[in-house]
Amino acid sequence: MTTDYENDGEANEKFIEEVLAQYPDKFAKRRRKHLTVAKSAAEEHPGVAQESEEGPLFTECDVKSNIKSIPGVMTIRGCAYAGSKGVVWGPIKDMVHISHGPVGCGQYSWSQRRNYYIGTTGIDTFVTMQFTSDFQEKDIVFGGDKKLEKVIDEIETLFPLNHGISIQSECPIGLIGDDIEAVSKKKAKEHETTVVPVRCEGFRGVSQSLGHHIANDAIRDWVFDKKEVEWEAGPYDVNVIGDYNIGGDAWASRILLEEIGLRVCGNWSGDATLAEIERAPKAKLNLIHCYRSMNYICRHMEEKYGVAWMEYNFFGPSQIEASLRKIGKHFGPEIEANVEKVIAKYRPMVDAVIARFEPRLKGKKVMLYVGGLRPRHVITAYEDLGMEIAGTGYEFAHNDDYQRTGHYVKKGTLIYDDVTGYELEKFIEKVRPDLVGSGIKEKYPVQKMGIPFRQMHSWDYSGPYHGYDGFAIFARDMDLAINNPVWDLFDAPWTKGDEMAVAAE
Amino acid sequence: MPQSAEKILDHAPLFREPEYKEMLANKKMFECGASSGEVDDMVEYTKTKEYQDKNFAREALVVNPAKACQPLGAVFAANGFEKTMSFVHGSQGCVAYYRSHLSRHFKEPCSAVSSSMTEDAAVFGGLNNMIDGLANTYSLYQPSMITVSTTCMAEVIGDDLHGFIENAKTKGSVPADFDVPFAHTPAFVGSHVDGYDNAIKGILEHFWKPLTRADVPANSVNIIPGFDGYCVGNNRELKRILGMMGVSYTLISDASDQFDTPSDGDYRMYSGGTKLEDVKAGLNAKATISLQHWNTRKTLDYCAEKGQETASFNYPMGVRATDALLMKISEITGKSIPEELRMERGRLVDAMADSQAYLHGKKYAIYGDPDFVYAMAKFILETGGEPIHCLATNGSKDWAEDMAKLFATSPFGKDCKAYPGKDLWHMRSLLFTEKVDLLIGNSYGKYLERDTKTPLLRMTFPVFDRHHHHRFPLWGYQGGLRVLTALLDKFFDLYDDDTNVAAETDYSFDLTR
Repeated sequence: MTTDYENDGEANEKFIEEVLAQYPDKFAKRRRKHLTVAKSAAEEHPGVAQESEEGPLFTECDVKSNIKSIPGVMTIRGCAYAGSKGVVWGPIKDMVHISHGPVGCGQYSWSQRRNYYIGTTGIDTFVTMQFTSDFQEKDIVFGGDKKLEKVIDEIETLFPLNHGISIQSECPIGLIGDDIEAVSKKKAKEHETTVVPVRCEGFRGVSQSLGHHIANDAIRDWVFDKKEVEWEAGPYDVNVIGDYNIGGDAWASRILLEEIGLRVCGNWSGDATLAEIERAPKAKLNLIHCYRSMNYICRHMEEKYGVAWMEYNFFGPSQIEASLRKIGKHFGPEIEANVEKVIAKYRPMVDAVIARFEPRLKGKKVMLYVGGLRPRHVITAYEDLGMEIAGTGYEFAHNDDYQRTGHYVKKGTLIYDDVTGYELEKFIEKVRPDLVGSGIKEKYPVQKMGIPFRQMHSWDYSGPYHGYDGFAIFARDMDLAINNPVWDLFDAPWTKGDEMAVAAE
Repeated sequence: MPQSAEKILDHAPLFREPEYKEMLANKKMFECGASSGEVDDMVEYTKTKEYQDKNFAREALVVNPAKACQPLGAVFAANGFEKTMSFVHGSQGCVAYYRSHLSRHFKEPCSAVSSSMTEDAAVFGGLNNMIDGLANTYSLYQPSMITVSTTCMAEVIGDDLHGFIENAKTKGSVPADFDVPFAHTPAFVGSHVDGYDNAIKGILEHFWKPLTRADVPANSVNIIPGFDGYCVGNNRELKRILGMMGVSYTLISDASDQFDTPSDGDYRMYSGGTKLEDVKAGLNAKATISLQHWNTRKTLDYCAEKGQETASFNYPMGVRATDALLMKISEITGKSIPEELRMERGRLVDAMADSQAYLHGKKYAIYGDPDFVYAMAKFILETGGEPIHCLATNGSKDWAEDMAKLFATSPFGKDCKAYPGKDLWHMRSLLFTEKVDLLIGNSYGKYLERDTKTPLLRMTFPVFDRHHHHRFPLWGYQGGLRVLTALLDKFFDLYDDDTNVAAETDYSFDLTR
């Protein structure tokens, strides 16, 4: 694993100043607080222990975060609806999630997050469908509660095997004063089912992040303790929290957790059913992968039901091993012994993957810009392949995420919070990394610059990337992105050298 | 162990390995799902006429619609103009969605900015967001024009774009003479095609309002292509045809280069094709022609008010639709249709005659935007096919009447029906109760193909799961060849798939068809 590198912090400081120069003064000042270069933790705080349960603390990445985006700058962020419907609720497969409001939000997010599941779509499973109340002008003027009631009735008629309904509010709902809570209570009683109102209007908060929080709270308030849950608890019952099964991530994780002897009785929320959500408080431990989107419910379950929680990281063998051992330690010698067996079992495969790809990827520089977890969580997986992280940043992280980032990034790394289209393009131009990992909106501009790219939200339609099986795919994908011959075709051979001479003739 | 370094399995093969199959089977005990009997019964029930009747009795619920919201159309429209940045006033998540949606279809960058309104703006209005937003967009992205549209949030709270933009100019966000056309694009009215209409009208109004139309118009035409996921191929084909005819024209919103920039090391943010000077000059054009009637109703009314001749078409695809377009352009401009185009026409007809036996009597279901569905149905009728189910979620009663008139023009139209305002869950019922040979639509149709086993041809926006279709034209005689070939390829593949079992069905596995 590559750990002995640092980035050119001085150059990166200069890049930040150059980028800011383009802004009107007032906004240069505001953006300045979101951009930094990772400082050595040891140099910043000499004498303070730089080692914790989370491993060594390499750096400090202190930026402002989770505050409003500046208008007009082309933020890459989304909204609270995207955080609730798109991330937390949407993958729960046996429920119907109504995009409540105008047609667009549900349309653009339809089937775009690759939350894999097993089920008969449209019959007992509804993830890759778009249910909407399709608001019209009259619904805005007269209110949409009556329509919502009818929408729920029609769902019950046409999709009787659904196990519940959630109402994902779009912007107008909160602005016109609809009482979706009252509708939910009434209809839940009438149809003897679960109906969850979620106040995730897109204008709330500053990014997807508040949507995650609101979605977590809705589970707390409208799902927990509402039904008798029949469940014989076992000593090794765990929930996986914050794995949305993108491209099958949660399955590639579950197989390892089962192999070490745990019983995964709920997966939140990829490939989940409502029953898995309802049962969660009966588990012994919550294992949280995406801390940003689901830490809220873990804290709640700890306070109210005494369920402990633990962060883990299943990207790349170094982190998988460390996480498995940490989990094993929690459960004691029997599970710990299993962990060692599992690690040993997979090691030859992992070694072979690294042997195959490291020579092709060693020393390649990567810049990342993703959501709230992966900008730090995937770093070690790249390093396991000999690659280096030159810059990273989050769309919607909070302060605690940037603190955790110090356990991953090396000195001198460029850090950018809520980066704008302009900044990201300029940073990439200046750093010229060998690979950029970000989203669909960033993919094509970067590729046109001649720089290989992988989507790190959707795994670029590949995956899984979690677990040992996923690491092999991750390694393959990074190799095929970087080492494809297309990148050498960009220059027309007759324009190499003096272009002007040809043009002048 | 399913995975190995030599043969790396990704999701599709990986989860079919025995270890994962067993794991997924065991997961069922945690799910408390419906029993397989219940699921099977329900699957069968959804295929019945009884279920269809319940499905069509829906009054409020919309399931799998084939339409998007207004601002998407406005963002698309802005992409067709010279160095233009699309600025959407309202919540920022919407803009992330429009950009992603267009990028996923075109496999191209799509720039647009948001005024990033949040809860405080919902209370106090978004004026400051407009003032700051325009200033930042102007400084960072250095556009020649910023076109403003709205999300539903800004519409619900009633922000006044005209006043806000004037105010921002007074505050110096952009120079006083900088072009900032605007359009209100409420997501709860109409669909993306109306957003396109409003945006184009807003841009024309902005440029034409201060000007006076010349007494003697120029012998040129404005042509508005409409919202079109195939604009890259279609606009280029259109320009080729107009060039052959020697027509003086301005395409109003030409996104063909914007959504097809080359890879040579430079990222070009702006490649919109319509020059702002040409838009101004367009006021004096003799006529404005819309290639998609349902995309441009308000815009054409405005052009007519200005004294221009107007004409509209429904996505000119196939022989007669192309004939009509060429003749109209010829009539307006006095330019004759060159012999070469007559040859192209003949070649398309020749191709259709060569292949007619394979398309005659085929039954189709078509969905998409109103103009596309009309065009596709018209072409199918020309091939002797029957467009049995024609569905447009954003189609109106007037559109359905137009469709009925179209069906009445051909004996092949007698069993055909238009479904305005219906969605793809309605279509699912139709495909079970009255089967067709081919479904024509977009990528969302793959779910219908899976459930009803009706083969799907992707022919209209959005196409997410096939690449590069939009680079080739569907319009004109050349486009007709492409559509024809796509239909035939599909049917020939189906024939081969149906006859390729050795020693069982392969007597019909003919080498020549």
